[in-house]
Amino acid sequence: MKLHDIAHCRTGDKGNTSNISVIVYDPADYSRLRDWLTPERVKGYFASIVHGQVRRFELPQLGAMNFVLDDALGGGVTRTLSLDMHGKSLGSALLNMELPWS
Amino acid sequence: MKTIRIGSGAGYSGDRLEPAIELAEKGGIQYLCFECLAERTIALAQQAKTRDRTNGFDSLMAYRWKSILPIARRNGIRIITNMGAANTAEAVKQTIGIARHLGLKGLKVAGVYGDDVLQTIQGGDYRIMETGAEVKSIRDRLLSANAYLGAGPVVEALGLGADVVITGRISDPALFISPLVHEFGWSMDDWHRLGQATLVGHLLECGGQLCGGYFMEPGRKAVPAPARLGFPLAEVAADGSALFTKVSGSGGTISPATCTEQLLYELCDPSAYLTPDVVADFSHVTFRQDGPNRVRAAGATGRQRPGSLKVSLGYLDSFLGEGQISYAGPGAVERGRLALGIVRERLEIIGLRALEARYDLIGVDALHGPALGHEGAYEVRARVVVRTASIAEAVRVGNEVETLYTNGPAGGAGVSKQAREIVGMVSTLLPRELVTPNVVCEVA
Repeated sequence: MKLHDIAHCRTGDKGNTSNISVIVYDPADYSRLRDWLTPERVKGYFASIVHGQVRRFELPQLGAMNFVLDDALGGGVTRTLSLDMHGKSLGSALLNMELPWS
Repeated sequence: MKTIRIGSGAGYSGDRLEPAIELAEKGGIQYLCFECLAERTIALAQQAKTRDRTNGFDSLMAYRWKSILPIARRNGIRIITNMGAANTAEAVKQTIGIARHLGLKGLKVAGVYGDDVLQTIQGGDYRIMETGAEVKSIRDRLLSANAYLGAGPVVEALGLGADVVITGRISDPALFISPLVHEFGWSMDDWHRLGQATLVGHLLECGGQLCGGYFMEPGRKAVPAPARLGFPLAEVAADGSALFTKVSGSGGTISPATCTEQLLYELCDPSAYLTPDVVADFSHVTFRQDGPNRVRAAGATGRQRPGSLKVSLGYLDSFLGEGQISYAGPGAVERGRLALGIVRERLEIIGLRALEARYDLIGVDALHGPALGHEGAYEVRARVVVRTASIAEAVRVGNEVETLYTNGPAGGAGVSKQAREIVGMVSTLLPRELVTPNVVCEVA
């Protein structure tokens, strides 16, 4: 099972920081996803891309978490060499993450 | 109970026009706001103004006004926009001219000024937020410095009876907060209502993104009639409570899911969204479906606004040279990698001084690197991009990729190349009292 099977997300950028919201389709999945999808795990997943810290903010009433990834965009939209200047596709990369339950 | 309906006319400078026309014609709105000024746009606009004093504002403004102004006049809709960019005075002048040409005599057009703080910044000691370095370190490369104004001067313009309010740099939510403050007479330290108004602005400012844009995914997140995606409007009551919807019959969808995605878009800590008007707290926001394409939002609050204003600084950063070439069929990935290796060696042979470089294989690893990408593709596109200190060196990069046509792997196809100047953006903070907004209203 992939994160894509239980959640959707949207990616935004501010300077050289990316933020990825992760929102579960079914509120019943929220608590165990919160236990699994820690900031440390997200930082590890994006180790080759995110060079700063990863913070997580929780909004349980919306079944949502907001991950904030510092130093993640090659200098930010105005000067990065990346094809994806805003890092808009990073959320899609996260949705490709395998989850440990079936 | 009195309610105000505010529409979102654009999510960015190049956005579609028909959804804005649809909102003006059928949305039953009293205000239509166009958010068209990305962070870097104002620095590029400043450069354009330096070359030509009649330039430096939104290039689509006249195109929009020709359709929108007559409908707005007919339906009593007032317009607020940041399309003034680096030259609000010229944008106001041209708007007056367009209004007269369209026979809209008496149209009141207000300009909001005071966001340009370049002289103030150059005369003081400030630090770059992102790096901690002194602003003086980029002084001779500085192009622009614009403070994010709050809703105050727009409220003043509406109080003067302006039908159209044109600003330069202003916080995006402020475009939407101002009509609510004007209509309901809220105090500018009514933090909770300003927090709720900020939520309204934050959800509306990206146009179609609340209606299924940047959301749709076949088989999972269905969005009807995406080619006719509607733009959103909010119906706001005097207590700040808000209903989000769109014109009946337009494409797209508004649901708690689209609203939740947009709530967190470009947000850091949801409990501390810093704006010039209020520190908004979205951490307890809830959404409730209230019929098809109708969502009620509640729970935003706020606390005292920051003492400083954020200032965007545009500066000449570097140059960027890029070239791309495609390969397809058996061995496409291997030929693409060979192409990248050849260009890498060529740039060494010619002694190009690369400040930074990327060698990507689009279709394999360009977006997320080798760790998250995967091998195997029918077609790939090799992409070389290099940061340089001069435009001449940037041009060499694309040229070296182009020489692969006759000197590189078999079947190299469809070369594209570009070389351009890079304007970088950083931020600093300026004490609020050093920024003095002012409003001038003119009549067509």
